Amino acid sequence: MSRKVLAIVESAYRATLEEQDDPVLWLTHALKGAGADIDVLLRGAAVSYGARGQDASGLAFGTRAQTQPPQLERDLASLAGKGAKVYLLKEDAATRGLRPDEVAPGLELIGRDAIPALFRQFDHIWHW
Amino acid sequence: MSKYLLIESRDPFESQDSRAFYELAAALAGDANQVTLFLVQNGVLGARAGEHARWYAELGKAGVEVLADDFSLRERGIQASRLAPGVKASGLDVVIDHLGDGRKTLWH
Amino acid sequence: MSLAQNKTLTFVLNDPPYENARTTTALRLVGAALRKGYDVNVFAYEGAVALPFAKQAPHANAVHGNDAAAEDHPNTKDWVAALLAEAGRLGRKLDWINCGLCVDERGVAEAIAGTRRGSPADLWQFVGKSDNTLVIPTK
Repeated sequence: MSRKVLAIVESAYRATLEEQDDPVLWLTHALKGAGADIDVLLRGAAVSYGARGQDASGLAFGTRAQTQPPQLERDLASLAGKGAKVYLLKEDAATRGLRPDEVAPGLELIGRDAIPALFRQFDHIWHW
Repeated sequence: MSKYLLIESRDPFESQDSRAFYELAAALAGDANQVTLFLVQNGVLGARAGEHARWYAELGKAGVEVLADDFSLRERGIQASRLAPGVKASGLDVVIDHLGDGRKTLWH
Repeated sequence: MSLAQNKTLTFVLNDPPYENARTTTALRLVGAALRKGYDVNVFAYEGAVALPFAKQAPHANAVHGNDAAAEDHPNTKDWVAALLAEAGRLGRKLDWINCGLCVDERGVAEAIAGTRRGSPADLWQFVGKSDNTLVIPTK
């Protein structure tokens, strides 16, 4: 039986430099590849993942430079390109000064009042 | 109507995110869903009656059942007689019962 | 106490040992589910893959004035082993999968018997065969 999952991502930039991606977005990608019907809602600190112009390049320890820094904007676009809906909670963006014109394309801004109706669409809601 | 179990493990005094989670519980209840908020770990630190007791009274008025893990309460020296009105101590087993009942379950 | 009949729950764990209360609560939930008659799947992701790491070792506690024996400090691998044994005793299944890439980057491939290595595809299989799921995230 096919299940529909909503992955709510709130925790942000937790281990993204070490992992070279966000572990939850990575898992969501991998699950999509395994056939999952899974969408994403960015809220709290993770609305910042929707910001254009993130640049984590340049990290180095001694002569060991990081050659593949995380590119979260790319990863979200890739998820959206695979058919996942990526929502961004607009009140949390506004609270953090992230304007709609600063949000990367392909993400759908959603208001808090629409959350109960959104949740109805899913069998499982995973809060990360 | 859907059924939800929201599990709050974080100290509500630590950040606004916990109270946003409470608001989510109220919003889901307002959408005619059956909602339980289960406080566990430092999430029970708000359950000792104090100035903030209104949080749980408001959740009750919104139709949310508020439970607190009895082990977490005991670990933190919060006696049943000191619980904020509207908060009931409960065993952790209720989480399993609600999962088995098909509740959409979110952990914060 | 009514027992679940042929029902399965899946838990996704993320926290490494000794860092957060979520580990203990997660294991309490696994135990409660087994006692209530559920089969349980655990998908250990990120730091949680270290929970059943076989090379954990107990230690003394000079602050408590205890040698290792007296301190009787359980390693998380012992708790996981105890839950696997409890599942067997109760006639239930506890299927514990460690996400393989998380295992590799942490160097914790030596896990206790009864756990196994897997991938996100296994998590999706778990979801399809479970009555419900719970993700216990890290922060």
